[in-house]
Amino acid sequence: MLNVRQQPFRAAVLVLVWGWLLFLVLTPNLLVVGASVMTRNPSTFISLPLNLDAYRQLFDSLYLEVFLHSLYMASVTTVICLVIGYPFAWALSKVGKQRQILLIFLLIVPFWTNSLVRTYALKLILATNGLLNTALMSLGVIDAPLRLLYTETAVIIGLVYLLLPFMILPLYSVFDDLRQDLLLASHDLGAGRLATFIHVIVPLTLPGILAGVMLVLLPAMGLFFVPDVLGGSRNLLIGNVIKNQFLDARDWPFGAAASIVLTLAMALLMFAHRLSKRRLGEEGGS
Amino acid sequence: MKKILLSLGNITKQFDGKTVLDSLDLDILDGEFITLLGPSGCGKTTLLRLMAGFVHPDEGTITLAGQDLTYTAPEHRPLNTVFQNYALFPHMSVFDNVAYGLKMEKRPKNEIRERVEEALAMVELQDFARRKPHQLSGGQQQRVAIARAVVKRPRLLLLDEPLSALDYKLRRTMQIELKRLQRELGITFVFVTHDQEEALSMSDRVVVLQSGVIQQLGTPREVYERPANLFTARFVGETNLFPGTVESVQDRFIIVKVFGVHRQLRKPDFSVHEGQVLHVLLRPEDIRVLMPEDEQGVAGKIVERNYKGSTLDSVIHLNDGTEVLASEFFDEDDPAFDYRLGEPVKVSWVDGWEWLLPEENTMAANEDAPVDA
Repeated sequence: MLNVRQQPFRAAVLVLVWGWLLFLVLTPNLLVVGASVMTRNPSTFISLPLNLDAYRQLFDSLYLEVFLHSLYMASVTTVICLVIGYPFAWALSKVGKQRQILLIFLLIVPFWTNSLVRTYALKLILATNGLLNTALMSLGVIDAPLRLLYTETAVIIGLVYLLLPFMILPLYSVFDDLRQDLLLASHDLGAGRLATFIHVIVPLTLPGILAGVMLVLLPAMGLFFVPDVLGGSRNLLIGNVIKNQFLDARDWPFGAAASIVLTLAMALLMFAHRLSKRRLGEEGGS
Repeated sequence: MKKILLSLGNITKQFDGKTVLDSLDLDILDGEFITLLGPSGCGKTTLLRLMAGFVHPDEGTITLAGQDLTYTAPEHRPLNTVFQNYALFPHMSVFDNVAYGLKMEKRPKNEIRERVEEALAMVELQDFARRKPHQLSGGQQQRVAIARAVVKRPRLLLLDEPLSALDYKLRRTMQIELKRLQRELGITFVFVTHDQEEALSMSDRVVVLQSGVIQQLGTPREVYERPANLFTARFVGETNLFPGTVESVQDRFIIVKVFGVHRQLRKPDFSVHEGQVLHVLLRPEDIRVLMPEDEQGVAGKIVERNYKGSTLDSVIHLNDGTEVLASEFFDEDDPAFDYRLGEPVKVSWVDGWEWLLPEENTMAANEDAPVDA
């Protein structure tokens, strides 16, 4: 280790980063873990004794159903994002550098508006007398307005809309790094377009696919305001369950346990992502 | 006479309005080791990519053994490429990299295994089959790239500056190894390099390219000893170019005045007339350094000496300021022979060792062409 006096800047940066992680990441998470093993108490929210009741409650068929439905909607969202995002990112990496910067800029612009506000805007579009129905009807595509709002479809449209950039950006990054000579080598060795896609392009962009899935699938299960605004009462996400436990039902241990399960799922995906990168030799190791 | 394997006819290629290859004709013979040599941007890599099928010519045709290949997709051409940065698939093991081409041909599993093992044994990497490319050294990756390309038994192997990323020693080893492979496999090699030493030592024939035009096509000896023009003379090897004036033209000889000295030289192939200015080309090893008392030769003094192990290379400034490069072998009679800086000497050459080139006006632009070592 280097002497602190020799490297004051380095020391300051390390203290700042570790301090930040300790107080703003580790501590809150430990508090959540702590809350999840305590007992519900209507006046103080949580109290002793310690127990695993909250985790047991997760296996209640009611919540299991919500969880599975939530996972289903998040998975559909992820698949749609991947199907749209993969060719989009590929094309993005192919255009000229100047235009690439512009397109990425346009991709990021929506982030300047709060996502809740954007979800309300989407509500205006999807409503029975909204923009979409009015437009389709005046074009003569449909006779009667489509019933979109307060359906599962609306929730998925909302989730795809909010999360698509998170799929595109990591995919763009792997496509941008994709060495063209590897594709030439594949053709040179006798592979056509499809074989090259399957054997070279997909494996080499896998870290990007996993990163995108990670950034879409888990947030998709947590974006509680999307079902709140667009979904009605039947299309709940895990996020809604957690939010309701903390804010409405006042069952902190159960809400905390649900959060932890979500966090663990995230950790699992991150692990898979690391493995896929190591396979490509991008993270050292021999 | 060997028969023609690959024939390029009247190939023209432009990128963004800039002509990279200009109505180029080239016949590659079956089984030869041919090198495309030239400075960066001369069109040699584009030429190779045209053969591989990665780009298509604007005009002209490419035929392989009489079959038109001009617009055939790379995956349908019976030739393979060794890429400059090897282009090994990072997610596949060495075995899978080499097996890739055979899998694409849908060969039976047994055959694939046998042929891959054979190819890996050929490049002495049989113990590395399970490794990933990033676990190999540069030289090993290079050998995998070669094995992957030859395992398909192509008619023609295209090598795009395959040794440029290796250090000097490894490069020498790989040069010898490549020559051996080429002999053993009997595959035609088309080798691209900007390194003239590499080109001379490895090739059966050398194609000197500049500005998308073939400057010379010949054996290494022809290219080195009898360069077709000033570009080739300067690009291939170290060169002394002395200005000479034709004093008189005889049947088989001409009298040329060089540095005020009259020399009787062999009459060149191009037409000469009295008063014509021409270039007398002499390689450093053609130069004879004489004692200052010597009757013949041109006076000058040593300004630099470099001990090169087997030779003593010196730079001599003639009295008119002309710089002369000389390279002399040590001989056993005088192993301690050396010069001191500033030592007066005279410079001459053995009759018949010179090469004459006419004055060129159009080639003047090439003088500043980048010459990488």
